[in-house]
Amino acid sequence: MPQLSTDVLIVGAGGAGMYAAIAAADRGASVLLVDKGQVGRGGATIMAQMTVAAALGAQEPDSPALHLEDTLKAGRGLCNEDLAWLVCHDGPQRIAEMEQWGTRWARESGRIKQEMAPGHSVKRCCYVDFLNTGPAVAATLRRKVGESANIRRISNLAVLEILVRGGRAVGAVALDLADGNWLTIQARAVILAAGGLTKLYARNSASANMGGEAYALALSAGAELVDMEFVQFFPIGHLAPRLVGMDPILWDPFRYKLGGKLLNGRFEEFIDRYGSTDFGSYNATRDVAAYAILKEVEAGRGTPHGGAYLDFRHIPEIRLRAAFGPVIDRLVANGIDLTQRAVEVGPMAHYHMGGIRVDTNMQTRIEGLYAAGEAVGGSNGANRLSGNAITEAFVFGARAGTAAAEKAKQAAQNWEDRTARACIGRLEEFRRTSDGDGVAPIALQTELQELMWEKAGPFRTGDKLAAALARIKEIQKKELPQLRVSGESRFNLDVQDAFELRAMLMAAEAVVRSALARTESRGAHQREDFSIADSRFLKNQAVELKDGNVSLRWSAPVRLDRSRSTDG
Amino acid sequence: MIEADLPMADPIRKTAHLCIRRGAPGEAVRYDRFEVPYEEGMSVLDALRWIRAHVDSTLAIRYSCINANACKTCMALVNGSVEYTCTAKLTPGEITVEPLPKRPLIRDLVTDIIPDEEKS
Repeated sequence: MPQLSTDVLIVGAGGAGMYAAIAAADRGASVLLVDKGQVGRGGATIMAQMTVAAALGAQEPDSPALHLEDTLKAGRGLCNEDLAWLVCHDGPQRIAEMEQWGTRWARESGRIKQEMAPGHSVKRCCYVDFLNTGPAVAATLRRKVGESANIRRISNLAVLEILVRGGRAVGAVALDLADGNWLTIQARAVILAAGGLTKLYARNSASANMGGEAYALALSAGAELVDMEFVQFFPIGHLAPRLVGMDPILWDPFRYKLGGKLLNGRFEEFIDRYGSTDFGSYNATRDVAAYAILKEVEAGRGTPHGGAYLDFRHIPEIRLRAAFGPVIDRLVANGIDLTQRAVEVGPMAHYHMGGIRVDTNMQTRIEGLYAAGEAVGGSNGANRLSGNAITEAFVFGARAGTAAAEKAKQAAQNWEDRTARACIGRLEEFRRTSDGDGVAPIALQTELQELMWEKAGPFRTGDKLAAALARIKEIQKKELPQLRVSGESRFNLDVQDAFELRAMLMAAEAVVRSALARTESRGAHQREDFSIADSRFLKNQAVELKDGNVSLRWSAPVRLDRSRSTDG
Repeated sequence: MIEADLPMADPIRKTAHLCIRRGAPGEAVRYDRFEVPYEEGMSVLDALRWIRAHVDSTLAIRYSCINANACKTCMALVNGSVEYTCTAKLTPGEITVEPLPKRPLIRDLVTDIIPDEEKS
């Protein structure tokens, strides 16, 4: 019965998925690379305008061991150190490989240019001019994928369930958005590379297609997640005026290079009320800035869009242009003349540290099921060092692709029609029962995004989290079985939204339950009712489905065997 | 941007009127008119997303990156010219949105822009 057959199926065709495809194809595997959007156009990597961290030592002495030290420090004791080491160790090779494949890293005097970024002890972050890193690396990977005869791409295909037989991943069932039909795929190995869950939050800096589906697919297949409470919120994301064609986190380099006043809705400086000093320019740390902005909003002193003003009007235009030349014009085209007006900024969901639990081959506890990129949990612990996200997309992509190709060589196809039929039956049932006269799934997605932002956002309390959990469970029980979904077969976004909503709810439950159980504040997880880091919580939470219910257990962090690893 | 930050309909505020060509191949062509609350700087895509979330979730549109003009998948005909709907500015008043004329129609504003080798 399977309509398609491949050695390696890759779910999600962003940075990590494409890298995995190239690596697996290079080792002789046939690869099927699918994306619910368009292959090579979705996910987080393509959105990134900023930097990629790797210990190239091009500007000043550096080493993978030093990069690891910075990464572990940012992770506040919770990193899976084996995974973090892979990112730091393989990073330079991947940067060099990308350059061979055509990425033009910014260079100066013959060397790759590397900049300083927060949390790094040396200049380590490379980039592509001008603010073009993500689109440039995505273009390189797309071209490379397109050149490989071993890689077949399918766009607008949403994988809805991984098929597992005898403890092994054997394929998947997907929805073809173009015509509304189910598609069955047999595979010797499957890689989940569908990104994180920033879409769960009303305020986010990501693309539309990361609602935690990778996590729901993993949980449903029997794999574990880890560190789900750690969502990274970027403190000064762009809120208003509406800005298009640019990454909403663009203000960070402005802040570093030029300073800028952070003001409340009354145009008053306020950082000093929250234990930081400002000296006329904005230099507070990220966590203080996020806290101070949200507290001002809570006190009724926010800006019209619920944030703070970032004001550069005191800086002469000549200095603005010297630092950000063409970007200043792109801002003006958006109606933002920084010499005339302040912009509104505030915290927004930016990245997810948690994710699918894997070993150093990127394999989950389900044989033949792998993960890559932001979908992986553990390497960043409680907080991610800036610049590590694209590095991890490359590194984990390459590792997962290689391991999956090797697995495919040893493993025969293990397809069984009955397993697939049962799965399609479940999917049909959800689609059918959802054809009621309830709420449109997109309306519930919007509600869930607001709920998560209000109750499980940057600053949490037990009461708010409990309220979030109660509503999530209620939606699952009451609204989900009777969604209003239209009967169109062609490009029916209602159907896609419905399956997406179901995955979003599962991912949201994992986040909220994990956040409830961690009664301390550490890294990106801040509890107003338990405001200090508590050494009893120097451990990770693993998440699994038990009898269909999200269930947690504590486990000790994976520590690096330094004698084995860091000499290489 | 963010759904929750878009204003709700308010008679005093400015509104934009979107006239959108609907339907799939073989169906009678129709134009549906939607009233959308306008805020400075809004894109046409913002308005289309607002319509899906608040008025008619059956409207078929294609987009991914929302903000960044990075995915290049949200093209449509805006007032007769080919635009990325994410960078096309909305203006208060009438605006017509139609699918790309030279691509096979899938439904509503979605046309077949996927290369043949990326199809099932």
